Amino acid sequence: MVTEAHIRNLLRVVKDPEIPTVSLVDMGVVHRIDLPANGGVHVELIPTFSGCPAMSVMALEVEQVLRKAGFAPVTVAMNKQVAWHSNMISEEGRKGLLEHGLSPPPHYDPNTQDYALEAATCPHCGSTRTVLKNPFGPTLCRAIHQCLDCQETFEQFKPV
Amino acid sequence: MQEALKSLLLSLADDLLVIGHRNSEWTGMGPVLEEDIAFASMAQDKIGHALAFYELLHSLGEPEPDILAFTRQAADFRSCQLVEYPIGEYDFSLVRHFLFDYAYTTRLEALKSGSYAPLAALSERFLRELKYHTLHARTWVAQLGNATEEARLRMQSALNEALPMAYGIFEETPHTAGLVAEGIQPHEQELRDRWLAGISALIAGTPLKLPQPTAGDIRPYLGGRQGRHSEHLQPLLTEMTEVFAIDPAAAW
Ligand SMILES: [Zn+2]
Repeated sequence: MVTEAHIRNLLRVVKDPEIPTVSLVDMGVVHRIDLPANGGVHVELIPTFSGCPAMSVMALEVEQVLRKAGFAPVTVAMNKQVAWHSNMISEEGRKGLLEHGLSPPPHYDPNTQDYALEAATCPHCGSTRTVLKNPFGPTLCRAIHQCLDCQETFEQFKPV
Repeated sequence: MQEALKSLLLSLADDLLVIGHRNSEWTGMGPVLEEDIAFASMAQDKIGHALAFYELLHSLGEPEPDILAFTRQAADFRSCQLVEYPIGEYDFSLVRHFLFDYAYTTRLEALKSGSYAPLAALSERFLRELKYHTLHARTWVAQLGNATEEARLRMQSALNEALPMAYGIFEETPHTAGLVAEGIQPHEQELRDRWLAGISALIAGTPLKLPQPTAGDIRPYLGGRQGRHSEHLQPLLTEMTEVFAIDPAAAW
């Protein structure tokens, strides 16, 4: 009996091409898995950043992984009606971000959405005395900060 | 009702597509590398938003997003005139970005609690991304507004030029009343007042002055929402269409 958890496990090999230490499962973008009686799988993904070019690559990879595992038919859809937010990144995912040198986004209350874009923790020394240098980094999901303690410039995965 | 909703979605999508393409023209041209990256990132986000609105239109029976975006003529575009003007000097682009992004935020805030669920959901998502755009805009407006006398004068003149254009964002159309009646959005006048209150407070923190709408001081650039545009839109659309014709997959 194939379960949703089993599919989730299989999908752990699919990584965000921009952050190879974090799987898309840990990124929180696997929104829904359907296992119809015909032996197929239907996966619904939710996009992180609207303009993120990596999403279509990941969708294709999800399809390939499931096909290779013997499922047919496999369908992957993007659900743009569900709003992804950075609190959906799992603990495992946050570790992966750090491993990649990225400061994980601070948790925030999604109801108030009242959070400081300027707040970040330095991935090098752990200091929270940091300043936001540029809200736009090399990819849509990253902002650039500087640590006032160790002076290092670092990238943060943006809280959104 | 469907028609009113479609006209709203089209004006949203067209605004974003056009300003996205304009701002992507700063790639490699910004005053500093960080600004290149910022303008390119914000353009990418906005074009992403435009695509989502075109997709929503497609789900309501309109043609595919590609067809909507890249095969219509200027007279079929419902974007406001503010977005179509050439990028000009950096001051103009920055002020336009400031005025537009706060207006867009005001609108999404309203749509988020409006009665059309798919649009409310998209608005909620886009607002989170927009926070960074408005942060960028207000940081630079404050920085340049408070910099040298020359910088202040240039910013002030850009503000004087762009504000009447930005008023055109809130042009009422024959569909507005229907949208209000359905609870999808408030009146344009109401949105404009909220927007003005927000930007007035921010401008008040700088030596810049917001031109006041007294005694015909401000002549809003109207017509865009009805398909009347300046001479600047068609050449931009033609260029976008050419890129689309060469490689349809690369156009987005
Ligand atoms: Zn540090």
